[in-house]
Amino acid sequence: MSDIAIKVRGLGKKYHIGEKLPQRSLAGSIKNAAAFPWKVAKNLISGKAIDQREEFWALKDVAFDVKQGEVLGIIGRNGAGKSTLLKILSRITTPTEGEVELFGRVGCLLEVGTGFHPELTGRENVFLNGSLLGMSNVEIKQRFDEIVDFSGVERFLDTPVKFYSSGMYTRLAFSVAAHLNPEILIVDEVLAVGDAEFQKKCLGKMDDIARSGRTIIFVSHNMGAVKSLCQKGLLLNNGSVFLSGDIDRVIEKYSETIELYTNTSPIAGRTDRQGNGDLLIQKFDLINSSDNNRMINEKQIGFVLKYMAKCDLFFCRILISINNSVGECIIFMDSTTINDFPKQIRRKGKFEIKITRDFGLADGCYFVNIAVFVNEIMADYIQNALIFHVEKGCFYEGGKSPAGKGMCHVKQKWEYQAL
Amino acid sequence: MSFIVKIVFALSAVVNNLKIEKNCAMEEKSQNPSEHYLLIKPVNKFRLADLLEIFRYRELLYFLTWRDIKVKYKQTIFGVLWVLIQPLALMLLFTVVFGKFAKLEQDLKVPYALFAFAGLLPWQLFSRTLTATTGSLLSNEHLISKIYFPRMIVPLASCLSGIVDFLIGFIGLAVMMIFYCQMPTANIVFLPLFLILMMMTALGIGFWLSALYIEYRDVGYIVPFLVQFWMFATPVVYPVNIIPQEYLWIVALNPMTGVIEGIRWSLFDYAYAPGKLFFLSLGISVFTFISGAIWFHCREKVFADYIGK
Repeated sequence: MSDIAIKVRGLGKKYHIGEKLPQRSLAGSIKNAAAFPWKVAKNLISGKAIDQREEFWALKDVAFDVKQGEVLGIIGRNGAGKSTLLKILSRITTPTEGEVELFGRVGCLLEVGTGFHPELTGRENVFLNGSLLGMSNVEIKQRFDEIVDFSGVERFLDTPVKFYSSGMYTRLAFSVAAHLNPEILIVDEVLAVGDAEFQKKCLGKMDDIARSGRTIIFVSHNMGAVKSLCQKGLLLNNGSVFLSGDIDRVIEKYSETIELYTNTSPIAGRTDRQGNGDLLIQKFDLINSSDNNRMINEKQIGFVLKYMAKCDLFFCRILISINNSVGECIIFMDSTTINDFPKQIRRKGKFEIKITRDFGLADGCYFVNIAVFVNEIMADYIQNALIFHVEKGCFYEGGKSPAGKGMCHVKQKWEYQAL
Repeated sequence: MSFIVKIVFALSAVVNNLKIEKNCAMEEKSQNPSEHYLLIKPVNKFRLADLLEIFRYRELLYFLTWRDIKVKYKQTIFGVLWVLIQPLALMLLFTVVFGKFAKLEQDLKVPYALFAFAGLLPWQLFSRTLTATTGSLLSNEHLISKIYFPRMIVPLASCLSGIVDFLIGFIGLAVMMIFYCQMPTANIVFLPLFLILMMMTALGIGFWLSALYIEYRDVGYIVPFLVQFWMFATPVVYPVNIIPQEYLWIVALNPMTGVIEGIRWSLFDYAYAPGKLFFLSLGISVFTFISGAIWFHCREKVFADYIGK
């Protein structure tokens, strides 16, 4: 028992949806109260709704365990119930049913800089924010220098934070949060703020915390961050646990569910395009693929692109990016880097884009975005124009696969010389 | 004036330092993880134990109060002097209208201006506290939707931050009394009692209204009107004896009647001492406070659901 840090059983949260919920009218309630005074009073006290509105279970039957020192990543599409789960774990709202047991001191970070007041100085805000996050006055005093050092804003400590740049503000806010010292840390998308360098620093700090043996629950859309930080994953879908277990498996499953919900209708019928429409992509397909856009890694990667334009003889530029399931761009292709790309193209045409056979993609799921510019103005841009899977095959002549998994395969030549 | 503010800060710092040693002891205990166990489950019943939690969060209460005090008079020229300017202006108006035209002054042992100021000042402080407390939850909704703490701390802090205003206000009142050569009687020892009663009333109503305000924005329209209406229903600018004897109990139902008349009685030689009816005011005031606290406590678990993001 002692190695369990968080135990969740049968957790559910019910909301009432309907136009009346956000601000119920006083007149209606008074009418109700006059008609059934006792019933209304009882219901109000117990927090039940008076009138019959549509029920919506934001979470239902959620159960999982987190061991001491484990880092759990919670992923799921928007509306899957991540935020609700987090709000219950952090006690901001109460569950409708089920229970959560937390063994250890809990720290919650649903936002950086909660309670920062623009009129107060940096120093004052550190104390206020620290106190809100659950640090005692003594703890804040002890760690004050560390906090300031980490944030790098010591010169402006006695300036009201309303005069801070947004970067300084975020840095100070995060460093207070980073010096919180709980046994269980619950973190929402705090990394969605700040510049790339700062995000890296945040992730590094999170990594340190994780390594120091503390239990972390981490919710993020940034699959790269989740993958590098977490060992275990929990995939939520429509308010219940879809899959829990090893983080790699969970992320893989997640990208498959994304595929289910992404627009994969034929290119010609897509309406989620951006651009002025001077040129429209009619067809964009994988060559060498079997059914359902699956291909084996030994085959050549290539695409066919057919287009139709409004004018004749024009200059065009085509950009294609191939992203993996975590959202990292693996290959970015730009037609202006190609020497024999035609200077002018006709009203209708077809491109075949082939990647040399020395290159292959690791097995997994890939998302292709494509954009076409006509005379440097964006004419058509389709996100996830194509989703394809690469399966393991015999990319290397010997038929063996490398022991580890990189992002891609490259044919290589090894030369040996005895010395 | 800023001198007094500094004294208040110094005092609170001392109090806080006294707490430090206790906290250190708590720290050591918490080294063992099994000390911290938390069970989250649906809450339906009222539990008094949760009220004790406010005590555990007293440092946060201190910081929020301190924040409210610091921020209150930022970017104003007169700053905390506004506490005196408003009742002084109203006093001039009422002295002319009631004191001179309506000849209320004849029945009083003290000059009407002092009489009115000793009523207007506590009334202003009361209405200010009431308004601030009512709006406190909404103005702190970003905290409520992001962090857990006993929600009652928010109206409490907003009420406590009025203490600086109280101090400044009563210094102004003392100056007025010296100006009119009125010596306080021995009754002044009861003054803190009336002030506590006033805070309790403001807080009790603040609990009710702030909890309702989260769900019903109607409250925002009611409060300014209520405060105005209530001032004339309370013997602030007129003495309570102009009301016929047989209706006095109705006036005493208003908890502020006891408070305002009591404050005047404790400050200077004033004709109308609090009688039996004062205890009716007192009872209602205590009832408002306790019922407000219970109501607030029952509703606090749904606040975050009404606020949303």
